[in-house]
Amino acid sequence: MSMIAGLISYLRGNEKKTAVVAKERLQIILAHERAGRGAPAADYLPALQEELMAVIAKYVHIDRESINVQLEKHGEYDVLELNITLPDKMRNIQ
Amino acid sequence: MSKVIVVTSGKGGVGKTTTSASFSSGLALRGNKTVVIDFDVGLRNLDLIMGCERRVVYDIINVINGEVSLKQALIKDKNCDNLYILPASQTRDKEALNLEGVERILNELKESFEYIVCDSPAGIESGAFTAMYFADEALVVTNPEVSSVRDSDRILGILAAKSKRAVDGLDPVKEHLLVTRYDPKRVEAGEMLSVVDIQEILRIPLLGVIPESESVLQASNAGTPAIHLDKSDVAEAYRDVVGRFMGDEKLPMRFVNVEKKSFLKRLLGGR
Repeated sequence: MSMIAGLISYLRGNEKKTAVVAKERLQIILAHERAGRGAPAADYLPALQEELMAVIAKYVHIDRESINVQLEKHGEYDVLELNITLPDKMRNIQ
Repeated sequence: MSKVIVVTSGKGGVGKTTTSASFSSGLALRGNKTVVIDFDVGLRNLDLIMGCERRVVYDIINVINGEVSLKQALIKDKNCDNLYILPASQTRDKEALNLEGVERILNELKESFEYIVCDSPAGIESGAFTAMYFADEALVVTNPEVSSVRDSDRILGILAAKSKRAVDGLDPVKEHLLVTRYDPKRVEAGEMLSVVDIQEILRIPLLGVIPESESVLQASNAGTPAIHLDKSDVAEAYRDVVGRFMGDEKLPMRFVNVEKKSFLKRLLGGR
C-alpha cells in the first residue's frame, strides 16, 4: 500500500485491525479442521470431484479450479457443498 | 487422590516449561506434595529452568528401564520443600519413553505425591502424546498468536479423542486455558488477539493470563522459576493461576487490561 493510500484509509478509519483479521482467519480454518477430525474423513471427496468434473465437462468447458467440493458440519448435519463457476462466456449466453 | 496434570501446547516456545516450573512450584508452596516430570527426552530443559541441572544423575529412562529406583532419580527442589523433579534423558532415544513404563512410574508417584505435573515436549509426536495420555487435567498454554491458537486447538482435539480418559470412556480430561506472553497494550491497539477472542475460539475455561515480561528471561537466566521473583507481575500471575486451580474462584483476573498509570508515575517517567 502506498503511503497516500495508507493515509486515506487511515483517515477513513476503515482499515481492519490485524487482531480482527487473525480471529476471522482462525475461526474459518479451525471450523474446517474440526470438521475433518472426529468423523471419519471424507476421503471420497477428491474422487467425487473428479467424477463431477467429467460429467460437467460433457456439457460445459470448465477447468479444475472452477469446481469446489466441500463437506461442512452444521450441528448434527453434514452439508455437502458444491460450487461450480461457469466460464464467463457461458454466463453471457444464458 | 492424586492428580496428573499435563502442561501442553502443540507449538514450541510458548512457555510450557516456564509454566511447568512455576505452576509446580506454586502448588508446592501451598503445601502440596508435588513432582514435576520432564517428558522432553533428548531436549531436556526443565532442569535448567528449575536450576538443578548440575544435580541430575539419573533420569526417567533409567527408571523405566529398571536401572535405578524412582527415589534415586528424583531431585529435591532447592526452593520448595514439597517439590521434586524427575528429569528427562538427554541422550537416549525418545522411543524408550513407552506408555507401560510411564504408567508404572505415575502409579508409583501417586503413592507419595498429590500433584504430578507433566511438562510436555512441543509437537504431537510420541513424546507429547505420552505426556498427555494419562492426564486428569490439562493446562493448554497458548500465546495470543494465530499459529499457537491453531496448535492448541489441535491438542484439544487429541486430548478429547486419544487420551486414556477418552479411550476408557471416563470423564474427559479437564482442560484449562492459560494465555501467556499477553500484552494488553497491543490488544487495546487491535494488534493482538484478546483473551476473550482466544476463549471464544478454543471454548475452554480460562485459568489465567501471564503478561509478557522481561523477568521471565531473567528467571531462566538464574535458574529460578518465575513464581519466586520479587515484585514481578509474572510471579503474581502464576500465583493467581495456582490459586484458581486449587479452587479459589474469587481471585480477579489480573493483567488483562492496560494498567492506568498514576499522575505521579507518569511525571516521573516510570515505565
